Amino acid sequence: MKRSRRVRNAAWNAVGIALFIVLVFPVYWMITTAFKPDSEIIAAKPTWVPLHPTTAHFGNAMHQPYFWQDVKNSVVIVLVTVAISMVLALFAAVALAKYRFAGRALFFVLVIGIQMLPQAGLIIPLYVVLARYHQVNVLSGVIITYMTFVLPFSIWMLSGFIRSIPRELEEAALVDGNSRPGAFVKILLPLIAPGLVATSVFAFITCWNEYIFARVLLNDQSRQTATVWLSYFLGTSKHTDYGALMAGATLIAIPVIIFFVLVQRKIAFGLTAGAVKA
Amino acid sequence: MPYWLILPVLITVGAVLGYPIYRLVQLSTQHYGLFELIQHKGKPAGLSNYGSILHDPVFWHTLLRTVVFTAANVTLTIGFGLLVALLLARVSGAVRLLLTSGLVLVWAMPIVVAVQVWYWMTNFDNGVINYILTQLHLGDFQQHDWYATTFSQLALVTTLIVWGALPFVAITLYAGLTQVPGDLVEAASIDGAGSWRVFRDVTLPIIKPILLILTSLSIIWDFGVFTQPFLLIGQSKLHTGNYLMGIYLFEEGYLKTDFGRGAAISIVMLLIVSVLSVFYVRKMVKLGEAT
Repeated sequence: MKRSRRVRNAAWNAVGIALFIVLVFPVYWMITTAFKPDSEIIAAKPTWVPLHPTTAHFGNAMHQPYFWQDVKNSVVIVLVTVAISMVLALFAAVALAKYRFAGRALFFVLVIGIQMLPQAGLIIPLYVVLARYHQVNVLSGVIITYMTFVLPFSIWMLSGFIRSIPRELEEAALVDGNSRPGAFVKILLPLIAPGLVATSVFAFITCWNEYIFARVLLNDQSRQTATVWLSYFLGTSKHTDYGALMAGATLIAIPVIIFFVLVQRKIAFGLTAGAVKA
Repeated sequence: MPYWLILPVLITVGAVLGYPIYRLVQLSTQHYGLFELIQHKGKPAGLSNYGSILHDPVFWHTLLRTVVFTAANVTLTIGFGLLVALLLARVSGAVRLLLTSGLVLVWAMPIVVAVQVWYWMTNFDNGVINYILTQLHLGDFQQHDWYATTFSQLALVTTLIVWGALPFVAITLYAGLTQVPGDLVEAASIDGAGSWRVFRDVTLPIIKPILLILTSLSIIWDFGVFTQPFLLIGQSKLHTGNYLMGIYLFEEGYLKTDFGRGAAISIVMLLIVSVLSVFYVRKMVKLGEAT
């Protein structure tokens, strides 16, 4: 009995490790390809590890036209979007979490409903409206567009984090004679700081990865985002330089992976706050 | 006080979303092409845009294809997600940590990056997938072109989508599984229930709400999917015979600069998705209300 259980556990562990290898393989293959010399990349019999590792592909990727310009565009778009969105979302999240007011349910429906809209369906009207106000092919048009998607989930996540703070802490501050905004700043803000960081990171990743709106709203190569830059890489030459492509892919994925891994637990909590409890 | 707090959000969202949605409805009843875009003024067209879509066989074929595609993707995502979650509950602590880290890594991969990696791995000349399948004696896959048929193209897109969506589904479901009280499972086992019955009668009812939310979300995402099929199949290989709804909309509305017709397609899509998502929205609102 005991032995059969041990065998079974070992079998489950083996399945788990096999699954890990299959799931992670594409990421592994991207990174190792980026470090392989061309001869190993095009070999009919692939090498599982780079036998003669080289960093030349990274240099090639970075010297592609517009790489740095487009990375800079991405950084500007992401920082401005996240900064403005977090301030606005924090206000709304406090309202939702701490006050009962008429229209609260309606506001909730709005916050959740917006996230359900298929983005493809909004390309046409956003393009037409932004073109009308000369916001096509400028970064500000994309920033405005991203805010509509970042705000709803930021409000949702932040109000979850605020609700998870015990009321007594806030009341203790009130008893000490602070006004409500004062209590908020002194007591609440430090407590939700981790949640705020997690939400900002999630917003950062969403904007950094976004493809379709950036592609439609920015048509000048010098005005594109890093993600769109990568999507055009395949079309730039007849014989795809897979080494440079994978190096570029790795460069664009790295900031996302680092940030995401750092705050993943908080993000998972924020996205499903309530769902898991219920 | 609360109104002042939500006002800035309402103004922003109203301006950036409310107004475009109003324009979307308006555009769908207008003839609006490149000329009208420059003039900032559309020509009234009544419901002719809707008529032209509903009489377009490509629309109906695309809709059918997208429904089948969505059903396949959602079933695979939720099915595999549940299996991975159950596996996570069974493996040892070290393997769980390893597997969770792997899932998080996959979760973090940007879609456009993942597309490029998929493209490289499935390349018919020296893609590693062909090599592995041949080495495993699953057939001769040397120089096999995965982009040759519509079925194969969409199957590749499906593997990409399921791979990318698996982490979120599996990790969320695993979090739900940890809420299942251990003594309940034990009591059921002592009463002689097999592991399938324990799953069906004890575990499943507890994780059902999460399962339903994840299913609704996946349906909504997969029905409107654009980036993966658009970039992986590639513009040169896209034709009316392999469109999904998101691509049909992009090609007909944006690329052909027939914005009025594109707006009508968008509205038809929005209506279909909103019917699908009523359940999800109601559920989430309930959660938000129950503080």
